[in-house]
Amino acid sequence: MALSQADVLAGLAELVNDETGIATDAVQMDKSFTDDLDIDSISMMTIVVNAEDKFSVKIPDEEVKNLITVADAVNFITAAQA
Amino acid sequence: MKTLNQTKTVEFTRIYALGASRGHQTVTNDDVAGPIDSSDEWIRQRTGIVTRVRADKEQSLLDMAVEASNEAIKKSGISPSEIGTVILATITFPYQTPSGASLLAEKVGAHGAAAYDISAACAGYCYGIAQADALVRAGTSKYVLVVGGEKLSDFVDPADRSISFLLGDGAGAAIVGPSDHPGISRSVWGSDGANWDKVGMTSSILDFRDGKAEWPTLVQEGQSVFRWAVWEMAKVAKQALAESGLEASDLSALVTHQANMRIIDELAKQLELPDSVVVAKDIVDTGNTSAASIPLAMHRLLAEGKVKSGGYALEIGFGAGLAFAAQVVELP
Repeated sequence: MALSQADVLAGLAELVNDETGIATDAVQMDKSFTDDLDIDSISMMTIVVNAEDKFSVKIPDEEVKNLITVADAVNFITAAQA
Repeated sequence: MKTLNQTKTVEFTRIYALGASRGHQTVTNDDVAGPIDSSDEWIRQRTGIVTRVRADKEQSLLDMAVEASNEAIKKSGISPSEIGTVILATITFPYQTPSGASLLAEKVGAHGAAAYDISAACAGYCYGIAQADALVRAGTSKYVLVVGGEKLSDFVDPADRSISFLLGDGAGAAIVGPSDHPGISRSVWGSDGANWDKVGMTSSILDFRDGKAEWPTLVQEGQSVFRWAVWEMAKVAKQALAESGLEASDLSALVTHQANMRIIDELAKQLELPDSVVVAKDIVDTGNTSAASIPLAMHRLLAEGKVKSGGYALEIGFGAGLAFAAQVVELP
């Protein structure tokens, strides 16, 4: 069963925390991975690969650069699950 | 009817000795940070590199290859005249032809040896070991000199933020020969031409000649390469280990291509190695030397006493092509 946006956000926040140590409650929909959360491109890719595993979705390389904000990632994953 | 002579095969091979040569100049992060609008801290955090070594103007790729080869030949105890094949893995020899290997053979005293260059970028040394193992076992050559050597500093753009600031210069050499016990496992190797453009040059030399492009320099799509180098190469490394018949706990060392510390750390994590396995991290003060990085890193582990001769190392090279090769070797 596809997860809700809230579930995906919570799961994604855990992955961000695992990779970077950023508190899960700081991972909010309007935050930019780069500008607000200071996540570099390599950590971003690690989060993406772990998100693929966690949510059973494919996130192609060319899509990763479009994931500017947390909302972009949550929306992509939610849609990919559907 | 007469029958054809065919060479009797040799059962086992091993690496007899290694040699190393590094660029004479130490280049700090502060030295390269300016043109990429960066800092020592930024470079350390993203790459693990503190300094990289680069050749000076008088130091050529061949100079480094000869120095490394001479050390390997001397330590191996063989005569250079016994070397039947010389393989130079490089992407930076500045002539399309003749090969660097034929000149290298001449300079190290392997007169008349078969000699050729291979272009497999950062996988080149492991490609060379795979070929040397096959040539010796087939009875084609008794001893093979394999060199991974690069003068990457000739092909860097100081303003490039993708790869140039990682790169260093050096050469590492190995002598491969017959053995009374298994010393090189079956190589797992291949390429992924669908991703041919993920690491490479900014343009062709023809575009440069025709004035359509600047001098070609190295460039990569870092994020894509990172994903491939960690998660795809973890599969290759596991396959190579399975081919060897060993368990991770049987290894003394993991010697990956020294691409970027973040890649090395994440790849080692994916392999779930026990703490007893030393992970080579020559990149910290040598930088990424492409085809030279694996023999340089292995040579250093031995020189610093972090691993012992007779132990096993899983070595894996990966890079432009995208090309990859891995095997388990007995440490010389």
